[in-house]
Amino acid sequence: MAEMLTQSRLNPQLDAEGKLQHLLSTEGLPLPVITQILDTAESFLEVSDRDVKKVPLLRGKSVFNLFFENSTRTRTTFEIAAKRLSADVINLDVSRSSTAKGETLLDTIDNLCSMHADMFVVRHATSGAPFLIAEHLKRIGRDDIHVVNAGDGRHAHPTQGLLDMYTIRHYKKDFANLRVAIVGDILHSRVARSDLHALRTLGCGEIRAIAPKTLLPGYLEQLGVKVFHDMNEGLRDCDVVIMLRLQNERMNGALLPSAGEYFKRYGLTPEKLALAKPDAIVMHPGPMNRGVEIDSSVADGPQAVILNQVTFGIAVRMAVMGILAGN
Amino acid sequence: MNISIKNGRLIDPKNGIDTRQDLFIADGRIAAVGQAPAGFVPEREIDAAGYVVCPGLIDLSARLPSLEAELACAAANGITTVVCPPDTRPVLDEPSLVERLIQRAEALGLARVLPLGALTKGLQGQTLASMAGLASAGCVAFSQASQPVTDLQSLYRAMQYAATYDFAVWLRPQDYQLAKDGVAHDGEMAARLGLAGIPVAAETVAIATLIELAKSTGVRLHLMRLSSAAGVAMVREAKARGVAVSCDVAAHHLHLAEEDIGYFNAQARFDPPLRSVADRAALRFGLAEGVIQAVCSDHTPMEADGKQVPFGEAEVGARGLELLLPLVLAWAREDGLSLGTALARVTSDAAAVIGRSDLGHLAVGAVADVCVFDAETEWTITPDAFTSVGRNSPLAGRTMSGRIQAVVAGGRLL
Repeated sequence: MAEMLTQSRLNPQLDAEGKLQHLLSTEGLPLPVITQILDTAESFLEVSDRDVKKVPLLRGKSVFNLFFENSTRTRTTFEIAAKRLSADVINLDVSRSSTAKGETLLDTIDNLCSMHADMFVVRHATSGAPFLIAEHLKRIGRDDIHVVNAGDGRHAHPTQGLLDMYTIRHYKKDFANLRVAIVGDILHSRVARSDLHALRTLGCGEIRAIAPKTLLPGYLEQLGVKVFHDMNEGLRDCDVVIMLRLQNERMNGALLPSAGEYFKRYGLTPEKLALAKPDAIVMHPGPMNRGVEIDSSVADGPQAVILNQVTFGIAVRMAVMGILAGN
Repeated sequence: MNISIKNGRLIDPKNGIDTRQDLFIADGRIAAVGQAPAGFVPEREIDAAGYVVCPGLIDLSARLPSLEAELACAAANGITTVVCPPDTRPVLDEPSLVERLIQRAEALGLARVLPLGALTKGLQGQTLASMAGLASAGCVAFSQASQPVTDLQSLYRAMQYAATYDFAVWLRPQDYQLAKDGVAHDGEMAARLGLAGIPVAAETVAIATLIELAKSTGVRLHLMRLSSAAGVAMVREAKARGVAVSCDVAAHHLHLAEEDIGYFNAQARFDPPLRSVADRAALRFGLAEGVIQAVCSDHTPMEADGKQVPFGEAEVGARGLELLLPLVLAWAREDGLSLGTALARVTSDAAAVIGRSDLGHLAVGAVADVCVFDAETEWTITPDAFTSVGRNSPLAGRTMSGRIQAVVAGGRLL
C-alpha cells in the first residue's frame, strides 16, 4: 500500500480530454497548451493597437475578479483583458467584504455561482486556494465555471509565468539554447515557481536561481534549477535575467540584514549586467524597488523589457480567458 | 461472565504464542489458555475458526470530543484501551476532571480510558499542574499534548517534579520556533507548492533537548509521534547509551508521505507533517526493530469545515480509530513481518509504555481484553461509513484487510 498514492497525480486544471479547464499553475501544463496560449496571445497583441480594441469572444460572459488579497495592478490587467474580449467584468473586493464578516471561502464561491458567473479570476494569500475552489466547483457540478489563478500565496502566478515566457520567446525565439537566471526572493515568490515550471516544459537550456540561502527554498535542484549564491558567477553568459521584487517586510528582519547589503550583493547594476551576454534582456514582474533589487540605470536602460512585459501581459491574459471560454 | 473463544489463531506477542488455541475468560480476567479450567461452564461461546484472537488493542493517543461515540468506535474496532491526551476542553489539569472522565468512561462500559494529565496548568507551559493529585485520580503520565513549554527552565522543573514521583512525561519532539508558521515537511513538495516548511531540525533539535533534560532530571521520557529518519536514529543512539526513553509513531505516518499532499489535499495535513518517503521507510524500520515501541491512531475527529479550506489553513490530523488495526496489518504484510511482531506494537509494547503489566497480553490473570478479527477479507475505506463525528480521512478509497468479529473488554463481550 505504501506505493499507492491517495492523491491522483492527474492535473486538476485539465479536463478528461486534456483540454485546459482552469489555469491554476504552469506546473503540469502540457507543451501544446503553453504554445497554444502564447500563439493566441500573439494574435491578440494586434487587437490592442486597433482603434476599436475589442473582439467579441466573451460577449455575454461574466468574469468575476475575486481578489482576496489586494492587488490593483494585476486586477486591472485582468479587467482590461476581459473587457477587450467583450466580457462583463465584476470586481469583488472580497478582502474587505465577505471574509471580514466571517464567511468561508467556499460559502463565498457558492454565492457567486448563484450569480451566474462564467469565470473566476482568483487572487488569494494562501497557497492552493484556487485548487480548493476548482475542486469544489467539480464537487457541486459547476465545472462549467473556469478558474484562473491570479496568484496564490507563494505557490503560483501562472499568467505572470506565461507572459514571462511570451516575453522571452518574443526576444529570444528558441528556448533550448537559453540560459535564464532568476534573481532574488525565490522562497516567497509565486512568480519564480511559475517561471521555472514553464521554462522546464519549454525545454530551457539552463535555469539558474541566484539568492542568499535565506531566500531560497530547499530542493530546487530537484526542480531542475542550478543554484548560485554569488551573483557575478550566476549572471555570467546569461541570455535572460529575471529580477524579483523584494517585499519590504523581508528587508530588515531575520532573512536579510538590510536593503543596502542586499543591493550590494544581489542588486542588478550595469556592472553586474555586463557579465551576462551583451544582448541579454532584463525582466521584472513589477512593481520594482529601484535601488533595492535593481539600479535605475538598468531598469530604464536598453536591455530592460519590463514595460513590454506589461503589454504582453494583457494579450496573454486575453489568450488564457479566450481559450478557457472556448473549451 | 464466563466466555470461551474457540478454534482461533491465538496471537499473544508478549508470551510468544502464535498457535491455534482456545481461550477462557472468567471474572474479567483470562482464566485459562488451551484447556478449560475444571468446572468451567461458558455463558457465551465464540467460534473464532479462521480468525485471529489477540489482546485488545491499546491506542496511545486518541482525542475523544464525544466520549460515547468515540469509545463505541474504539471498541468496535478492537481497541479496548485508549490513552487520551490532556488537550480536552477544559484541559485535564484538575483531578476532579480526570475522575469524572474515567467515571463516565467506566459507566459506558466500552473501551477503557487512561488519561494523560496536563504537565502544566492549562498547558500554558508555566505553572506546574497538580501531578500527584492527577496521578491519584488516574492519569498514567503527564503531557503537553501539542502545546510547547517555551521556557526550558520551566520544562526542566516540571521534569524534576515528575521524576520525584517517578511519573512519566510524554512530549511531542518539535521545536515550536523552528516549526512556527510551517504547514508541511520542508521538502520537495513544500518547495514546489509554495508551502511554508517545517524542517527536520525542528524534530532533531527537540529530541536532543528533551533527551538531555531527561538524562539530567532522571525522568522517564516518552516521545510522541516521531516523523523523521534522523529522529529515529537519535532515539536509537540514545537507547544504546542507556537513556530511559520510549517513543511512538502515528499509524498514518507509516503509510503516507509528503507526496500524498498532491495538489493541496488538506486531508494530508498532519502534525508532525508527513515527511519524505525515506523518512517513512525509517519509521517503518524503527518500528519493526523496536526502537519505536508503539503505533497509535492519533485519532483527531473534526467537522468537515476543518478541511474545507486552503491547505495551510486546514486543521491538522485525521480520524484513526477505524484504521489502527488495518494500518498495522498493512504495514506487517508489506514489510514481511510476523503478525506477532506487528500486533506487539499495539498491545504488549504499548502496555509497557504506560506501565501496565496487566494489559496487552493473554496470560492467565491478565485483564480480559480480547480482540477477534478476520485478517484476510478485504474492504475499502469509505469515510461516509464512519459512525462518529467527522469523516476526515486521507485514505478514502484504499483497500484494507482486518475486520473485527468480536471484542471482549474487561471480561464483557461487547
